[in-house]
Amino acid sequence: MTDLRALRSDFPILDREINGHPLIYLDSAATTQKPDSVLDAMDEYYRLYNANVHRGAHTLATEATELYEGSRSKVARFIGAEPDQLVFTRGTTTAINYIAYGWGLNHLKEGDKILVTIMEHHANLVPWQLISRYTGAELVYLELNDDLTVDTSTLDQVLTDDVAIVAFSGMSNVTGALGPIDVLAEAARSVGAISVLDGAQLVPHTPVDVADLGVDFLAFSAHKMLGPTGIGALWGKPERLEEMEPTEGGGEMINTVERNESTWAPVPHKFEAGTPPIAEAIGFGAAVDYLDAVGMDTIAAHEREITAYTLDRLSEIPDLTIYGPRDVTLRGSAVSFELGDVHPHDIATILDQDGIAVRAGHHCARPLMKYLKIPATARASFYLYNVPEEVDALVESLYKARKLFGLT
Amino acid sequence: MTGLDELYREVILDHYRNPRRQGKLQGDPIHAEGSNPSCGDEFFLDLFVEDNVVTDAAMRGLGCSISQASGSMMMDMIVGKSVEELRELIQKFKVMMSISEGDSPIDEDRPGSVLGDLEALQGVRKFPVRIKCADLAWATLSEALDQTTS
Repeated sequence: MTDLRALRSDFPILDREINGHPLIYLDSAATTQKPDSVLDAMDEYYRLYNANVHRGAHTLATEATELYEGSRSKVARFIGAEPDQLVFTRGTTTAINYIAYGWGLNHLKEGDKILVTIMEHHANLVPWQLISRYTGAELVYLELNDDLTVDTSTLDQVLTDDVAIVAFSGMSNVTGALGPIDVLAEAARSVGAISVLDGAQLVPHTPVDVADLGVDFLAFSAHKMLGPTGIGALWGKPERLEEMEPTEGGGEMINTVERNESTWAPVPHKFEAGTPPIAEAIGFGAAVDYLDAVGMDTIAAHEREITAYTLDRLSEIPDLTIYGPRDVTLRGSAVSFELGDVHPHDIATILDQDGIAVRAGHHCARPLMKYLKIPATARASFYLYNVPEEVDALVESLYKARKLFGLT
Repeated sequence: MTGLDELYREVILDHYRNPRRQGKLQGDPIHAEGSNPSCGDEFFLDLFVEDNVVTDAAMRGLGCSISQASGSMMMDMIVGKSVEELRELIQKFKVMMSISEGDSPIDEDRPGSVLGDLEALQGVRKFPVRIKCADLAWATLSEALDQTTS
């Protein structure tokens, strides 16, 4: 197995004990832990460079601006983009809302369709529902194959000229299934629609180059890739970002302001109203530095191995059902499962007593849960700092859950 | 008993697996719905109240062992009680679970003598995030009772 275990000492939280056991953190799909380098970068900004960005001629302001814009360049480079194509947002959710309001509101019309998949996170559904209320557009869905990958065989039926937006996840936060990015990006192009890729689970776990993706927009969050909360990114093709209106107005995003109207600063600044989360942006830059140093190929290989091992080990447990593809080339490292009639919340409580952190619930994907006809799943999800012994501990703890619930 | 053994007592698992008064009431019962949006647990309650007394009740629920067992235990206790008695029972439950302040209604020397099976839920108190699971059915009952006075 690709051995990244030496990296664990970079993550101070991994020294913690939970309920008398060493922390086994299997909830990276919710948020990831942070290495010292990210924490130090943010701390250093506040201690040595704290000033507002993009204004003031003093030295600190210049240094803070250089750090902030330097982070933009790093994050852009990380996905193969130019810095002026990358907007800092509060996270994936905000990025998708910006597209919905900033692009959707002035492009969608009554009867237009927004094509999504049934495996989307609420962040890639609810903004489209909101914008549909204002525009009269309507959501249409692609459903799933037996292995819970997206079924594109019905594309012919739903892909009409009315489709204006195709919005889909690169990787399900529930099943781990990879999205059919190429197929849906091409489908969007073929009907003159724009494509929006929810990269919250994709960008942290696999090498991404926007030039290869073929989509119009990509949204992702720093906190799911070793960075801080409160910051994420919206990448767009230059012409799409130009077509987009700002969703928020205020300082920093203007060119001129008159009594009754204003003109906007150039992209990306026209989308960054107000003082941005500067320390967080700097932490985001440090996070992609860290990921670059390890290598996204190495991280992806490590995750494939630990996911394969997890699927194998979980399959040994009687009454355990895995929800998601078994083929590790079709999936990422979020592994959802049910264990007999032991409710996922009960599983999470029992595992927590052994120091194991997993997520239980609907994972902000209620339409998917309904589609799968289950109320909730337990989910173990992995990142570069996880090791196979942690999977063994998970399995052992699940046997304990079986015993507590009297499953034989 | 470890915290987990106490949490998942046999009586709780029995109510979870064999919930009492499952179903729906025919006619036009008082209906209340409770949910914990963060976890997805749901509880649906139908009640008939005549002359201020609950004459029939049924539940449907979806969720963890604690939320459903607590609901099932509640269903065992409510038929035949007056609205006032039920409000008192809700208060006792909330005090037992440390949701509300007050002196413990439980007689430690005679387990089960005051609130019956419901006393088995005391183990939940050691798991603060799960208290809201135990409370779901009771919050729903409280809402249903409010409808009797409106």
